[in-house]
Amino acid sequence: MAAARTSAARPRLRPRSVGEAERRLELLEALLQAAHPEECARRALGWLQRRAGVRRGVCLATHIGEGEARLIPLASVGVPPARLRGFGVDLEARDHPLTQAIFSRRSTVLPSNGHAPSTPLGAAPVQAIPLRALEPGAPPAGLLLLTPLSPAGAADAQWLSRVLGPRLFALAATTHLHETGEQLRHEHTLLYSIINTVTDPILLTDADGRIMIANARAEALLATGEDQSEGRRRAVALNNMLFSAVLSRHALEGAAAPRREVPLADPVDGSDLLFEVLSTVTSDAREGTGVVSVLRNVTDLQRATVEIEENYRRLRQTESEARAEKDRLELVIDSVADPIIVTDPGGNIVMMNAPAERLFTVPDADGEEAQRIVQANDAHFSSFVSNVFFEADARRRSGSISLVDPRTGIALPMEAISGKIVSEHAEVTAVVTILHDRTEELERARLYEELKKASAELERKVREATSELVHQNELLRRSHIELEQASTLKSQFLANMSHEFRTPLNAILGYTSMLLKGVSGEMTAQQRRNLERIDSNSQHLLSIINDILDISRIEAGKMPLTVVNFTIAELLREVLAEVEPLIARSHLTLSTELAEDLPSVGSDRQKVKQIVINLLTNALKFTPQGWVKVLAAWDSVQERVTIAVADSGIGIAKKDQDVIFEDFRQADNSPTRRYTGAGLGLAICRRLASMLDGELAVRSAPGAGSTFTLSIPRMRKAE
Amino acid sequence: MGEQGRAGVLVLLVDDYPDNRDIYVQFLTYSGLRVEEAENGHEALEKAFALLPDVIVMDLSLPGLDGWEATRRLKGDPRTRHIPVVVLTGHALAGHSQGAMDAGCDAFITKPCLPERLLEEIRTILDGAPRPRSES
Repeated sequence: MAAARTSAARPRLRPRSVGEAERRLELLEALLQAAHPEECARRALGWLQRRAGVRRGVCLATHIGEGEARLIPLASVGVPPARLRGFGVDLEARDHPLTQAIFSRRSTVLPSNGHAPSTPLGAAPVQAIPLRALEPGAPPAGLLLLTPLSPAGAADAQWLSRVLGPRLFALAATTHLHETGEQLRHEHTLLYSIINTVTDPILLTDADGRIMIANARAEALLATGEDQSEGRRRAVALNNMLFSAVLSRHALEGAAAPRREVPLADPVDGSDLLFEVLSTVTSDAREGTGVVSVLRNVTDLQRATVEIEENYRRLRQTESEARAEKDRLELVIDSVADPIIVTDPGGNIVMMNAPAERLFTVPDADGEEAQRIVQANDAHFSSFVSNVFFEADARRRSGSISLVDPRTGIALPMEAISGKIVSEHAEVTAVVTILHDRTEELERARLYEELKKASAELERKVREATSELVHQNELLRRSHIELEQASTLKSQFLANMSHEFRTPLNAILGYTSMLLKGVSGEMTAQQRRNLERIDSNSQHLLSIINDILDISRIEAGKMPLTVVNFTIAELLREVLAEVEPLIARSHLTLSTELAEDLPSVGSDRQKVKQIVINLLTNALKFTPQGWVKVLAAWDSVQERVTIAVADSGIGIAKKDQDVIFEDFRQADNSPTRRYTGAGLGLAICRRLASMLDGELAVRSAPGAGSTFTLSIPRMRKAE
Repeated sequence: MGEQGRAGVLVLLVDDYPDNRDIYVQFLTYSGLRVEEAENGHEALEKAFALLPDVIVMDLSLPGLDGWEATRRLKGDPRTRHIPVVVLTGHALAGHSQGAMDAGCDAFITKPCLPERLLEEIRTILDGAPRPRSES
């Protein structure tokens, strides 16, 4: 750049006159009063225009921007604004004339040339005066471009540049500082409002845990004012303790520590809050180490978590219960032997148990026949179920359908019972049908009918047999009555006979007795002997009549039984007294043997006596010679008393020993027998013994005598 | 007690069978007693009330008023209540003797009864019972 040329004349710095000094002072005051670099530059250019005759001028200022320093217009005079718009020179562009001018440190003249204008002042030569700050090392403050410039004006301009440079620098610095401060305040406010809008408490603590920065939410929890209540202050103090504890744990455990939670109290309402603490350590050279903590309110989260867990648990439980219920239901359904089918409103089978599957599914191995049967079953069933769906009012329906077992081809008469499942909106959602095989039931009914028939037949036979039996019974009853009547008649007859016999016999005996007593005078021996025969035969006849009467009385049950207490010894004395005449007539030895321990007896005294008399009479009768003994003994084991009559008589053959107890029998029953008697004595004795619950037995042998033994209980029960 | 001690004793003998009456009348008279006879119940009552005998021998089977009823009436009448009645019957069945006892008789003898047996019974009765004749 050859055009640059230094001014030949050294500018005059000192004022040449008082007036000049005043004018310079006036400018200085104006410059000092200017608050902005632009105003300051404008006043300086104005002054030059007035004092130094400058027509056009531009004040360029160094502007330190982002990463570059540029020379841009600050103020101008006599220059159209359009020329200045967008004008700027990069200070790095060292070959630019203005750049060279500013770094030249002295005023230079930029010649006009035909090139594109390098200054906003156009093509005329331009005086370029660098403006510089006072501080050494500071960058150039700017550049004054003036034209034209007289030598006097050049001196003023030179002076002005020395004053304006530091002033512009100072103003620029002040403005910059101010702007920066504003910027910082703004940013600070912005940051605070940002962190305050965060609802989570955020705070910065220093190494000692003191709170350096806290947002509103954090302050509410952890900071307290003087005007706050005691309760709030306590809550805050507690919160600080808890939070400090978390921080110190964090400091101990380092960044690897897991997420931690801290329970804090809301100082306003005292409610429990739970925060998750996220802490990050920040290191700053100026501020030192600090911890930024963000507290995330997880109270609701915690509650929600607990609630969700609880809900989940309940859901799981409900689900498991539902599943168990379903399993149970399926088990129940499957365990029912009857087929169960659930049908949806579309007629589709939605569920069925195993027995139902046998009816409505085709077994793998089976062929067309099974297929056909299943289709038929399906058709029958569908028809039944569709009727159930169409019946609006009935919730249940039962009926019979005929199905066939696809496996066996056996007909299954089924009873079907369907029930509708109705939703809460009264819509039929499904139909449950249970089929019950009626085969057995029908078979049972058939068997029951047969049984009924057989039973009726049996009943008829029984009725016939019964009526026959009734008839027979009636006959028996009649014959029994007839027999009773006959028996009564017989007894009556015998009683009458007895009476009728006795009356004449009484006369015979009476007359005979009187004759024998000599009431009618003395008789011959022959007469007396004959009379005695009459008497003897009459007596015999009487005894026969008495015996017959006894037998008939016993058989008619008219023999009374009178039980009394008596002693055997007394009884025997009486018996012996009565048979004394017979004993006297015989030539036999009669002895009695009574056991010493013989007790008294409770029995019918008269009958015992009758038996013993009879036995004794017989013994005397059938013993031609020798002895007769009466022996009484006591069997304490059997509690029975025995009275035996033994003799040394003719004895009885074994074969006759039963015969002698029969009615009208003697051992010798021949017409030529030696011994008289009706043969009723022993028969009566045995009957009497039986009435006394006793027994009459005989021990005998022909020629060896006989022993008849009566055995009776000591105490006969009274009837 | 000798036979003479019985002198004056009056026996009313009631029996519908003449031979039996005859036997006892003969024997009792022979034995020293006075005997009056009746052959049925009504006659027996008439004579008993009329004669007030010392003892009455009564058969039970009598035509008309029978022996049971006659005995009952005698025993039901204050005039004859004290007179001993000896029932003498051919009926040997138990019911008969019980019926006679119920009717109020003092002794009961079953036929056949020898004349001396009857005398003995009469003596026993008279010895055992006080003679109430003095009252009437």
